[in-house]
Amino acid sequence: MSQDTLFDKVWDLHKVSSLPGGSDQLFIGLHLIHEVTSPQAFGALKDKRLKVKFPDRTVATVDHIVPTDNQNRPFKDNLAEQMIETLEKNCLEHKIKFFNIGSGNQGIVHVVAPELGLTQPGMTIACGDSHTSTHGAFGSIAFGIGTSQVRDVLATQTLAMNKLKVRQIWCDNKLSKGVYSKDLVLHIINRLGVKAGVGFAYEFAGPAIHELSMEERMTICNMSIEGGARCGYINPDEKTFSYIKNKLCAPKNEHWDKALRWWKSLKSDENSIYDDVIKLDASKVEPTVTWGITPGQSISINQQIPLLDDLSQNDKLVAKEAYEYMSFKPGQLIKDTPVDVCFIGSCTNGRISDLRVAAKILKGKKVSKNVKAFAVPGSEKVATEAKQEGIDQIFKDSGFQWREPGCSMCLAMNSDKLVGNQVSASSSNRNFKGRQGSPNGRTLLMSPAMVAAAAINGKVSDVRELIN
Amino acid sequence: MKLEFTPPIGKISNMKGQCISLIGNDIDTDRIIPARFLKCVNFDSLGESVFEDDRKTLKGKHPFDLEENKNASILVVNSNFGCGSSREHAPQALMRWGIKAIIGESFADIFYSNCIAIGIPCFTLPKKSLEEIQNYCDNQSLFLEIDLRNSSAKSKDLNFNLEIKESSRKMFLSGEWDATSTLLENKNLIENKFNQLPYIKFSTNFL
Repeated sequence: MSQDTLFDKVWDLHKVSSLPGGSDQLFIGLHLIHEVTSPQAFGALKDKRLKVKFPDRTVATVDHIVPTDNQNRPFKDNLAEQMIETLEKNCLEHKIKFFNIGSGNQGIVHVVAPELGLTQPGMTIACGDSHTSTHGAFGSIAFGIGTSQVRDVLATQTLAMNKLKVRQIWCDNKLSKGVYSKDLVLHIINRLGVKAGVGFAYEFAGPAIHELSMEERMTICNMSIEGGARCGYINPDEKTFSYIKNKLCAPKNEHWDKALRWWKSLKSDENSIYDDVIKLDASKVEPTVTWGITPGQSISINQQIPLLDDLSQNDKLVAKEAYEYMSFKPGQLIKDTPVDVCFIGSCTNGRISDLRVAAKILKGKKVSKNVKAFAVPGSEKVATEAKQEGIDQIFKDSGFQWREPGCSMCLAMNSDKLVGNQVSASSSNRNFKGRQGSPNGRTLLMSPAMVAAAAINGKVSDVRELIN
Repeated sequence: MKLEFTPPIGKISNMKGQCISLIGNDIDTDRIIPARFLKCVNFDSLGESVFEDDRKTLKGKHPFDLEENKNASILVVNSNFGCGSSREHAPQALMRWGIKAIIGESFADIFYSNCIAIGIPCFTLPKKSLEEIQNYCDNQSLFLEIDLRNSSAKSKDLNFNLEIKESSRKMFLSGEWDATSTLLENKNLIENKFNQLPYIKFSTNFL
């Protein structure tokens, strides 16, 4: 059992009681909600005649269902309109702070909370969304929950949970030029598998992680869940603190000094004990692309799609399914695969630094005429910043559509969808069957830089050839 | 799909039912219930849309469409079932279709918690035993009787010792799997914790 890791410290601090069944009652410091997984939870509160215990500890925004072309109300989609209205009504009734469209702070919940300074080291953070692991980049313990647990957090600010084991993933050296944190996390998931993290929290550590910016760290923690780990985190350091400083909800004045002292005491001890440790060399990671139907089915840009014989017995079943669904042949190169749609956005890679990287590649170039390309900023703040820097114009000049913030085609709950068996180069997090809105649509996950390269060439490309 | 739906309530100690086998590893919650069906403010109509895209692709040959499975209530799956999105809509859709328990090699964490929270016990068995059940189901109907008190599963031909997390087993047997009331009992401890946490004090603005 792990000892003295940041995970242990934060868990123990928030433990309210040991429940009769053997799980722990855990206090949730920050609860984030959105329109998709909260309505039934508020409904359950009403049925049970319960109130929200600490309305100040819950913050709401709207992201999954929002249109990215025309956000005028009422939305064209009646169901989407009904969902946003339900959230508005619930927040008003229960006095919950809601960042609505046009507030200047709306966006994907996992982009918004960090940029507002809500996400801080040492907190427990829960949200009815599996990518809540993103917030672990700040040294918080953050994880996704279902609607019944959203109900419990609203009613009690606590939930029942079994403590996770801790696996440290130590990344030596640093990423090479043209290789990004998305490539690193895809590489990790490929190496460990999509279920290795079940029952674990992942601690990402080592020189390569230390080197990453906060936004790059968020990309890594975001995708912990794709490796099966409900929670992923990174010990906080100076980069963490300076990212938070002066944000809207960051501690101010004398509170800042107190907060800083506490945050500095939070990291895993040097001699802490882990349930498991994995080491890898980040300098060996290359631009990585998924070829299959799970985020674990990825290869480096110059590799061939694996042969059945190259795979373990356990991986063969899903690989067969993937060859068929993707219409790929074992042994085929992923490079030069034609793409129909290019999507830059999502809670994984829809932040300003992601857009900057892509814009640098797109500047002065044109999107291939066979490709529909669109960029969806992760939040209103990201969109504003991009406009101030002229990034939106670079995207538009290249032939990208520039959209309003939201989750968009990461999961296609709005009208941004693949059609038929289109192939999409996507900076999002999931390549599941049907994920991007068409029951036979095909998704290739990659870094925003790689999506930009694919957009220009109309096919999967090695971005390093464009930046050298 | 069953026309009448009554959610489980109170103590759950045993269940009897026909198995429905669904072969495949890493079956994610997007496949169990595609995202377009999440545009709803209640779970009521999800049962009919469970595995919608997979079922359409298989044109009536999906296990959830086979006539012989229409009364099945124990879902038998392989490894990492329910990975991906945290949507509780996935187990809610399964439950509304008629599933009352799931047996598999392994489950994704969030899916597992969601199942427990709505009263669907998830049991694990080694790969070999699952293959045995799934092979059996290929040829004939398998009716299992599951007893949570000793975690056993019995049938005419096959018997298994199921595994389930001890905390989940206890919660079902005591009827405390619907956690809200248990959590509320510790009202004072929750208040104390709130007052002790360092960051509550240095929060600003609306927090």
